[in-house]
Amino acid sequence: MSEEVKKQRPAPDPNSAKYKLNMIAKKAYEDVAEAKARGELVGWCSSNFPVEIPETLGLYVCYPENQAAAIAARGGGERLCSIAEGQGYSNDICAYARVSLAYAGGAEAPEQPMPLPDYVLCCNNICNCMIKWYENLARELNIPMIMIDIPFNPDYEVGDAEVAYIRSQFLDAIKQLEEITGKKWDWDRYEEVREISGRTSRAWLEATATARYTPSPFNGFDLLNHMAVMVTARGKKEAAEAMETLLKEYEENHEKGVSTYRGEEKYRIMFEGIACWPWLRVTAHGLRDRGINMVTTIYADAFGFIYKDFDDMCRAYAKVPNAINLEYARDKRTKLCKDNHVEGLLVHTNRSCKLWSGFMYEMSRQIGEECNIPVVSFDGDQADPRNFSEAQYDTRVQGLTEIMQSNKEAL
Amino acid sequence: MSTYVMGMDIGSTTSKGVILNEKREIVKTFLVHAGTGTSGPQQVREGLLKESGLEAEDILYTVATGYGRKTYEGADAQVSELSCHGKGTHFLFPEVRTVIDIGGQDAKVLKLDAQGRMSNFLMNDKCAAGTGRFLEVMANILQLQVSDLEKEAAKAEEALKISSTCTVFAESEVISQLASGADTPALVKGICRSVASRTAALARRIGVEEKVCMSGGVANNGGVRQALEEELGVAILYSPLAQLTGALGAALFAADKVGSKEES
Repeated sequence: MSEEVKKQRPAPDPNSAKYKLNMIAKKAYEDVAEAKARGELVGWCSSNFPVEIPETLGLYVCYPENQAAAIAARGGGERLCSIAEGQGYSNDICAYARVSLAYAGGAEAPEQPMPLPDYVLCCNNICNCMIKWYENLARELNIPMIMIDIPFNPDYEVGDAEVAYIRSQFLDAIKQLEEITGKKWDWDRYEEVREISGRTSRAWLEATATARYTPSPFNGFDLLNHMAVMVTARGKKEAAEAMETLLKEYEENHEKGVSTYRGEEKYRIMFEGIACWPWLRVTAHGLRDRGINMVTTIYADAFGFIYKDFDDMCRAYAKVPNAINLEYARDKRTKLCKDNHVEGLLVHTNRSCKLWSGFMYEMSRQIGEECNIPVVSFDGDQADPRNFSEAQYDTRVQGLTEIMQSNKEAL
Repeated sequence: MSTYVMGMDIGSTTSKGVILNEKREIVKTFLVHAGTGTSGPQQVREGLLKESGLEAEDILYTVATGYGRKTYEGADAQVSELSCHGKGTHFLFPEVRTVIDIGGQDAKVLKLDAQGRMSNFLMNDKCAAGTGRFLEVMANILQLQVSDLEKEAAKAEEALKISSTCTVFAESEVISQLASGADTPALVKGICRSVASRTAALARRIGVEEKVCMSGGVANNGGVRQALEEELGVAILYSPLAQLTGALGAALFAADKVGSKEES
């Protein structure tokens, strides 16, 4: 009788960037759980809130968006969304919000548990749905909410008045957190955190920029995993070191002519929007099976922050992709397409994110024209699996591939 | 000795097939109102062979397209229905630059270059409004066949407005209009306009470049074609082979494959 031999995965190399980054992402949750167990007050924090503030104060915070993505990627999205809908939340609102509100309301999430918060930190530079989501968290859990309002920027630069408005809110948030937690702000410590955050961001952005090489030294879906560290731990020294290792590995891959992308890289695309986490495997395989590497995405670069001082930090947080005007946002993406020799654009029309999906119709048209590349979109969702059709995705990706193939043959 | 190729378009509601000879002439077409997951594809293959008097081994190459392209075992290769509708349309109307294809469960607008290559496309979002399924649902409420919609619409002087874009909401709207004694032809005309309006928006997004052609099953409905012409302000070319365009394109891809093999 023949015996099936199960393939043993090689033990991960503890010196590899992948191992280090996975450990940092895991430890970020463990640290908060331990702090909570010690009796410290812990927070929940929106992804583009200035992480330098809780990090400098020595606070332990979790990121509900990161948790919701992890829950969705591990198959729990529909369950938590349905619980939230049962609580009265419309299925038209963001699925991250539904997952998070269901969890805060007591739903189990073995896919990615995290301690309940004693305060919430909200910044609306990523979207305005965040405000109502966090207000409800604060009200349901009867905890304080610290809100930072970053106005939508119609210009390319961030004006002095806007910097002053944001600075005053950052300083007020620090004061409120000092009062809530009893911890004290230290400007020397802030300088250290700023330095580390800058180091992490520089290494991350340089690592993602190695996609300029052909073939790319990495599979773009790697970025979706690694960016968890950029969201949750970019102010930590270990994160800076791990990102520098990642950059080194990608440069070495290029020199050796190898890549974490398995198979031949026949086509290079930019992926637009948040990942379709509930269908990550399907969406990734739909590309890989056709030799398509998603070499770049603004979503990954959005979490690299480089600035020289406190005011410049205010500017950096006012320049995140969802807080800027269409033309500026388009130019950033066009640059990514051109720098990374992109041959097609695949847009995730993310039913959770009205803001992001709403402007993409026009922006993707402009990018397609400017870069002379085909643009294809598919319907999906960042956490609710019910908004995706595999057959529809497959037809669109096949159509995109056929155009890219035809364009290559015409050269 | 003659050589033959086959194109199979397996859609959500119908299966279509085309056999071409070595001169790329259409030898036989076949259509069955049963799509993927049914015996439809098999019926088409058998029907094509029987009516053309050919044997299975006479078919040198088969390309499958459509929603059921991946599960159809009789194909040598599969190509997306997007490229197939583009190729089929270019064969029928070489001057066409914009193809509007409305099928059973989706609507597509393709842009073609002068060589007939698809340069870009747009498809409907997850909603079924503006597709053949929408027309089926509406015909069902009105106790009509889909094929009757064209002549019903032609009887109407005015179109009643169907304001809902959602198929389910539009169904309720039509039912309540019927209950209020609305004129059936005017309702049908309104339904055709509703489909045309959604598809026209899709076409405008990608840019309408003349000449424009409609393919897919819904193209057979003159009511929708006329409404779309009015919406877009352009003449819309139409072939009686509209519903077979995808299968024709698939057969042409098969012919390319055989041609390139013979050249090598």
